[in-house]
Amino acid sequence: MAVIRDVMPAFELAQPNSISDAQKLLEQQGENGWVLAGGMDSFDWLKDRIKKPKVVVDLSGIAELRGVRATPDGIEIGAMTTLTEVVEHPVIREKYKLLAESAELVASPQIRNQGTIGGNVTQDARCWYYRAGWPCYRAGGNICYADTPEGRNREHAILHADRCVAVNPSDSAPALIALDAKFVIRTSKGERAVDAEDYFIGPDIDITRLHILRPGDLLTAIRIPATWAGSQFYFEKVRDRNVWDFPLLNVASAMVVSSGSIERIRIAVNGAAARPLRLRGVEDAVRGNPPNATTGEMAGKLAVQGAVPLQFNAYKIPLMRNLVKRAIGGVEEATWTPYNGQ
Amino acid sequence: MDPLQWAIDPWGKTVPIHIAWFLIWVAVIAGLLFIIAHAIYLRYFAKPKQFAADAAPVVPAQIPEHVPRHSLTARTFHWIMAAAMFTLLFTAFLPKVGVQFDWVTYHWIAGAVLTLSIMFHVIHASFFMDFWSIWPDRIDLRDAKRRTLRFFGKPAPPPERFAKYPLENKLYHSAIIAAGLSAIVTGVFMMFRVRTIFFPRNPYLFSDMTWGMMYVLHGLAGVGLIALIMMHVYFGLRPEKREITKSMIFGWMDRGFYLKEHDPVRWPVEVETSAPPARSQGARTEGLTDAG
Repeated sequence: MAVIRDVMPAFELAQPNSISDAQKLLEQQGENGWVLAGGMDSFDWLKDRIKKPKVVVDLSGIAELRGVRATPDGIEIGAMTTLTEVVEHPVIREKYKLLAESAELVASPQIRNQGTIGGNVTQDARCWYYRAGWPCYRAGGNICYADTPEGRNREHAILHADRCVAVNPSDSAPALIALDAKFVIRTSKGERAVDAEDYFIGPDIDITRLHILRPGDLLTAIRIPATWAGSQFYFEKVRDRNVWDFPLLNVASAMVVSSGSIERIRIAVNGAAARPLRLRGVEDAVRGNPPNATTGEMAGKLAVQGAVPLQFNAYKIPLMRNLVKRAIGGVEEATWTPYNGQ
Repeated sequence: MDPLQWAIDPWGKTVPIHIAWFLIWVAVIAGLLFIIAHAIYLRYFAKPKQFAADAAPVVPAQIPEHVPRHSLTARTFHWIMAAAMFTLLFTAFLPKVGVQFDWVTYHWIAGAVLTLSIMFHVIHASFFMDFWSIWPDRIDLRDAKRRTLRFFGKPAPPPERFAKYPLENKLYHSAIIAAGLSAIVTGVFMMFRVRTIFFPRNPYLFSDMTWGMMYVLHGLAGVGLIALIMMHVYFGLRPEKREITKSMIFGWMDRGFYLKEHDPVRWPVEVETSAPPARSQGARTEGLTDAG
């Protein structure tokens, strides 16, 4: 399992200049093809020589994949739009600040300059064992090294684990779920748009992927409807190093408050499971209630129901409970509730 | 094409991790080829079944119209096992061919049902049924040799009629035992690697090599069962086997079929009256001819 960080394995580089060409190339290559967006995930895999694709399809030359466009019902963000562009875009900052806030907390400025919104939502799991090339479930093997008594699983899942306990590391994903975004996917059968929450899948459905893209499929754009534009947003990310790290947990919510009570709300967390979780039960429970600490407390407890901690990640249960509580009740109202084992 | 998938474990050893999934299609194609070849053979080439004449033919009237073959308990077991087996095969292999769903929980539950039903069957068959009726005996082997010789046009006496189960049925049962038990035993251990209600997870129960071999055996047994189950369903649907299939639903087969295919000595049934005896000197069974 030697880690070689100097020379990538040889591959054929394809640089299409249209979505159609890129999709055809990927379809032709199937399992042998590899989508290169910003390269922030890809180059780790390639330099570590864990993944050895025969053909890398570089999307950087496809102009139609870049930029933020206004649509009759909101905005459309090209999948190759960089995170910095997302953060700095005036319309996003004005109407969909939740996404700007989440994107701004991704990694470092350098990475945000290179990393793309499509890459951020499609990036692979960051489990140590998986990234080291060990033959775990996610790599097609028959064991989870993290879910063992000695396994280093501090960053891993507390919910919906099924053999694999890796988590989705995206910061923008829960924000996009909260904004009711649609992901536009180009396949050999044409184009389709799926709800953001349906873009992500857990190990119970497919243990080797974090999303629904199959070989040959391409995420081309993300559409955000105006439904939640300008509503009350909350995004919080907890990480070990505040300057540059993946989330231990994050929470994103969009809320419309009317006459002192929550009229509409969408809330999602990431870092708790292999896919970002939309907390539908919490949404149903808090609707009609005032957005205060009491409602937040109730929401937090509800959010962590069914959580199963591993050896070293029990802290995630009170963390998630309090993040949800803060998302509903606000930071000023929140008080830290120590974990009492429930 | 390597039939196994290999990986390098954290200690640098090359270990098998499971079968290559193209074997699913190999099993499906093998099952289909067998079915097609068998159907063509029966349609165009097979000669009528011929059996040796009875030394002491039975009196048909003494045989009940409905010959009991499978008890309600045995039938219930069979259909529970069938449901579990189909669930296991579909949950195991559909995700591998692109139909994605939350399969693991259904798989281990079906596996647990199958394991319990097999345990029941072993006890039931050992103590409450004619245990040896499903195992090949000397007459089966002798007749198999005779049938083979006759198939190739060599001189050989005609075979006896069957006991309760034809040799093919017995051999199929043996193959199912081998594949089924391999899948069950390995499957029980594999449950230590997932969260179930039965025991705590222990992924380090065996070495990586042993686990790998276990997954390989489980996979081979699984794809073997694909072909075996395809054949089983095919035979169950064949018109000349309808009486056998019917007996697994209703518990009995027609007297005519029984007398045509089965030897009342090797598979005696209770006669409707105590006298005269089932066999009478010189009598011949209607519809049976000296196969010669």
